[in-house]
Amino acid sequence: MPKQVKWTKKDLLGLEYLSRSEIELILQAAESFKEVITRKIKKVPALRGKTVVNLFYEPSTRTRISFELAAKRLSADVINVEVETSSVKKGETLIDTGRNVEALMIDVIVVRHNCSGAPYMLSKAVKASVVNAGDGWHEHPTQALLDMFTLKSKFGKLEDLKISIIGDIAHSRVARSNIWGLTKFGANVTVCAPEILIPKGIETLGVKVTNDIDEAIREADAINVLRMQFERDESGVFPSKMEYFKKFAITEERLKKAKKEIVVMHPGPINRGVEMSTEVADGPNSVILEQVTNGLAVRMAVLYLITHAEKE
Amino acid sequence: MKYLIKDGRLIDPANKVDVVLDILISGGKIEKIAKDIKNKNGAKIIDAKGKIIAPGLIDMHVHLREPGREDKETVETGTRAALCGGVASICAMPNTEPSIDTRIKAQSLNEIIKKTAVTNVFIVGAITKGRDGKELADIEGMEEEGVIAISDDGNCVQDIALMFEALKTAKNKGLVLISHCEDTKVSGKGVINEGVIATRLGLKPMPKKAEFEIVKRDIDLAKKSGAKLHIAHISCKESIEYLKKAKKEGVDVSAEVTPHHFVLSDECCLTYDTNTKMNPPLRSKEDVASIKAALADGTIDVIASDHAPHGKHEKEIPFDNAAFGIIGLETSLALAIANLVQTKVLSWGRLVELMSLGPARILGLNKKGALSEGNDADITIIDPEKEWIYTESSIQSKSKNSPFINWKFKGKAVSVITGGELVMEDGKIYSHK
Repeated sequence: MPKQVKWTKKDLLGLEYLSRSEIELILQAAESFKEVITRKIKKVPALRGKTVVNLFYEPSTRTRISFELAAKRLSADVINVEVETSSVKKGETLIDTGRNVEALMIDVIVVRHNCSGAPYMLSKAVKASVVNAGDGWHEHPTQALLDMFTLKSKFGKLEDLKISIIGDIAHSRVARSNIWGLTKFGANVTVCAPEILIPKGIETLGVKVTNDIDEAIREADAINVLRMQFERDESGVFPSKMEYFKKFAITEERLKKAKKEIVVMHPGPINRGVEMSTEVADGPNSVILEQVTNGLAVRMAVLYLITHAEKE
Repeated sequence: MKYLIKDGRLIDPANKVDVVLDILISGGKIEKIAKDIKNKNGAKIIDAKGKIIAPGLIDMHVHLREPGREDKETVETGTRAALCGGVASICAMPNTEPSIDTRIKAQSLNEIIKKTAVTNVFIVGAITKGRDGKELADIEGMEEEGVIAISDDGNCVQDIALMFEALKTAKNKGLVLISHCEDTKVSGKGVINEGVIATRLGLKPMPKKAEFEIVKRDIDLAKKSGAKLHIAHISCKESIEYLKKAKKEGVDVSAEVTPHHFVLSDECCLTYDTNTKMNPPLRSKEDVASIKAALADGTIDVIASDHAPHGKHEKEIPFDNAAFGIIGLETSLALAIANLVQTKVLSWGRLVELMSLGPARILGLNKKGALSEGNDADITIIDPEKEWIYTESSIQSKSKNSPFINWKFKGKAVSVITGGELVMEDGKIYSHK
């Protein structure tokens, strides 16, 4: 029997920084919490007396609600702070905000920030646990964990699965976290996007790169379709929505060339008619709503583990 | 004051000297260099046994922040930092608030220097008014006020026609033009070198092309105008290749590199340490290797610190928003000794060439950069065996933004003499004002 792995980390900053066995620990705990959230009485006292602050510097509905509910299902007290980035520029720095929150004896800070690395910096400045709820283009670890949880529940394993991540890889924290997580489990990951949206050197992270959507779909066991973030196109280099739909969107027509049981995922919110047609989003291969449910279980697991971390 | 420096190892590449000799200093000049000089005139003796005697180091790329941002650095604190690093002369870049772009502004900065500087300071004037790249600054007036070079450092003149005008004007006035090479359309809002590290960190990249395309442009313009061009903080392989080719063709071009660009690579950014955020950004290991080769083979002429003080509140914020640049005056020599001399990339002689003779030649400082009789008595004495740690509390600069804090070094400047006066000894500063 392999030695029982224990959770020792104060923070969850990204999947780059976790070992395969640490990720397994989260996924196992999420299994138990998935059972909890389907009970009639959906609440457990695991985090009673603990306080979680959701510190969101970027608008978010589903991630924020998911973290809030996860904390509540664990009986923690929850405070939501939504900060407009523009007013932050005028005033308090992230570290100051974090230290002030900590002075209120908070246990966990869940932070979403438009700047890559902001949670990393915050975690060094405070003793409270920091959970990264998405930072810039860097990582969105709980999203990748829920994607992996969903895949594992569909296929029973992650090893040797062929997963294609499709869309704006360059500006996607979901893509990066999925790449780190999936490759640690020996999945075969392909990223597919127009050339302009493939970041330099991504192949050195152990993924295949293609600009051909049909190639990305053909052999795939699952595809993870990213949201096209047109709002991030500062320099006007993105393809137009119509052009993108024609060349890269997941449609029923395209899925005819794929495996019949291909699993279709999307981190949401979906641009229907841009990266995915409505028929596919609502079709039999889609697990998009299951992902949302699994997200709750995964976030409960993360909050539970980091508040019960053992000393190394 | 007269000084007699005894038994030091003179390293003077200008005269191809590397031998133990004595130096007699009198009236601000080097009076005599010989074996066993007898102390007949009551000169103060400096025992330099086991030490290296170099012509006073010259750092031609320093941001003193005065006037305007005295919260980060002043002429006084910056020159104190220089002395502690063994630097006898510095060039102050004009990106102050306001920019140094007229005779009057150069004049008032000269007043401040006269009053507060503890070492030699030469002013670099702006190329364009307000350094905004639209209209040439009062280059003639500034030249008459004694500015030593012109540069819009921090900014790059994007307008090619204006840059050509600037080079022609610099040539007329006998000034070197120092170019910060960056095509801002390409670098955009980037904060880190383009490559796998940027991809891993999810940070906006600044492609190397933003630098080397302007290096190429400015070399072409220097060739056409016949002006003297100096490329600031060169950072990548491609730029070095253009530089090498231009030198072969006889273009009057020189270049400097900062210690951080030959010591660190973009991998150092992996912890989001904002003291690894620079412009130009830290490049790949491959670029670092090509910089080292170019330092050794003579393609690069100068090591300059690009000393860029910033307050903590400008650095302890997310990487995207943090200020570019680090302080460097107090670590430049030690980093060069550790990474170039002790690793045998180059000799002591070549190091002194890069940190004293090279800048003196480029700036036209004929009486500096060499230990010749009759030259200015600017001397840096280095103890190559001295072990020390660069601690935050020891920093003389007003700002503490350095990625090298708590690094251990072997080799340190122990004394500096400028204009014939001992101004620094074991970290103590003597002001002669």
